[in-house]
Amino acid sequence: MDEVTQVSAQVTELAYALDTFYFLVMGALVMWMAAGFTMLEAGLVRAKNTAEILTKNVGLYSIACIMYMLCGYSIMYPGAYEGGVFQSLATLGSGLLGSADNSADTVMAGDAYYSNLSDFFFQVVFVATAMSIVSGAVAERMKLWAFFLFAVVLTGFIYPVQGFWKWGSGWLNAGGFLDFAGSGVVHMCGAAAALAGVLLLGARKGKYGPGGQVNAIPGCNLPLATLGTLILWLGWFGFNGGSELKVSDVGEANAVALVFVNTNMAAAGGLVFALLLSRFWFGKADLTMALNGALAGLVAITAEPLTPAPIAATLIGAVGGLLVVGSIVTLDKLRIDDPVGAISVHGVVGIWGLLAVCFTNPDATLKWQLIGIVSIFAWVFITSFVVWFILKMTMGIRVSEEDEYEGVDLAECGLEAYPEFSAAAE
Amino acid sequence: MKMITAIIKPFKLDDVRQAVADIGIQGITVTEVKGFGRQRGHTELYRGAEYVVDFLPKAKIELAVADDLADQVVEAIANTARTGKIGDGKIFVSELSEAIRIRTGETGAEAV
Repeated sequence: MDEVTQVSAQVTELAYALDTFYFLVMGALVMWMAAGFTMLEAGLVRAKNTAEILTKNVGLYSIACIMYMLCGYSIMYPGAYEGGVFQSLATLGSGLLGSADNSADTVMAGDAYYSNLSDFFFQVVFVATAMSIVSGAVAERMKLWAFFLFAVVLTGFIYPVQGFWKWGSGWLNAGGFLDFAGSGVVHMCGAAAALAGVLLLGARKGKYGPGGQVNAIPGCNLPLATLGTLILWLGWFGFNGGSELKVSDVGEANAVALVFVNTNMAAAGGLVFALLLSRFWFGKADLTMALNGALAGLVAITAEPLTPAPIAATLIGAVGGLLVVGSIVTLDKLRIDDPVGAISVHGVVGIWGLLAVCFTNPDATLKWQLIGIVSIFAWVFITSFVVWFILKMTMGIRVSEEDEYEGVDLAECGLEAYPEFSAAAE
Repeated sequence: MKMITAIIKPFKLDDVRQAVADIGIQGITVTEVKGFGRQRGHTELYRGAEYVVDFLPKAKIELAVADDLADQVVEAIANTARTGKIGDGKIFVSELSEAIRIRTGETGAEAV
């Protein structure tokens, strides 16, 4: 091998290492979004339901990881396993996924530019994100184990099927539906599953009164909710930044930088406009709306963080921030009780994000964006509804009225999040 | 002797403490309390939904004073705690039949 060939081979290997490293670090950032969702939800529920929501979040994350390894990944990316769906189960004994990673020859031939396992790692944390969305919406009244069983089905089957449609090169991808990092595949998917659950579950006791009355049930810890939002904001750089999939040349590096900037700007736009709207609508600056506004901005830009200029990204986020405030109030009018605003943030704004792709990406068509929205929503909502319904008819999905009053911490976990504080009044 | 009990706005507590100290009062007892008077509660908004705050936080101060100081103390509290807006609170004055300093066993005006 002459010197030039040798150097060129080393550069190729380095590029492979860099792209893999980038993918893994981005994935680790997305994993940290689990902490964000956990803290956000812990802050927006009442103190008596905190330990249970923490348990739900760590549990669902772990369940998502295991289910996605067992069958989710192979459903979503059938090509990743020779033999396709469920092949992963058969190969459990012989080093799951590991045996399929790339050899140096494959890399030299230009057939792969990052480790297959890094791809699995990046994908698995996305599934957990989708499932995290559900936990907030059904908080304070759902049975813990019914929730976990639902998590098994969503992360193992429901999510991967629609994920295959888009990212596994399925029919939505072939048609021209665009969803860069998952406004639809991840966020609207989670929201649709949450909506189905909330409709079958009903509102928290005392949330709605007679004659259209809506009662506030303030969250117990706004510093935690704020920390959670900022953690999500940070994690989102991995979520969107990693979805570029490659960083090792000038074009790709610039693209990743633009995605970071746009992601950040959209969150800022969403927060400012949600804060302004709540100030003018309600008279005071509602922090929780501002937090939802930042997340709405992030969800809105997730469908296309690469083609807008930063100012356009800010505007796309700002519209998300305005939408989320209106949506939260509207859902309350419809008596759809969502303690953390997950359905509004991830569902309503997820749809906005998918539609907004048409403004900046000339490859997008309104027709295929709509087809994508309708088909993903319908698939996830209907299958989730069926699963929730079966759970409701068999083990039940809602805790007893007494347990709900006492708090699900004691009823489901047998412990309290803050045992040394005297119980706060209702 | 008189027992003076005043319910005031919490943010006025430091001023009131200073004002009665200036008169020569050597001890007061303070409690954080909640309640309502003519001010009633008020409504707040959380995520667009109203909730009613029925009981508002106030500071309750209690002072045992000699008879000749009572009027002066009441005046000092009233002048200091007054904002002129609803919710300034109330002062109650009652007869105090006995006071005992536990450490020395002194009684009456000597003890307050």
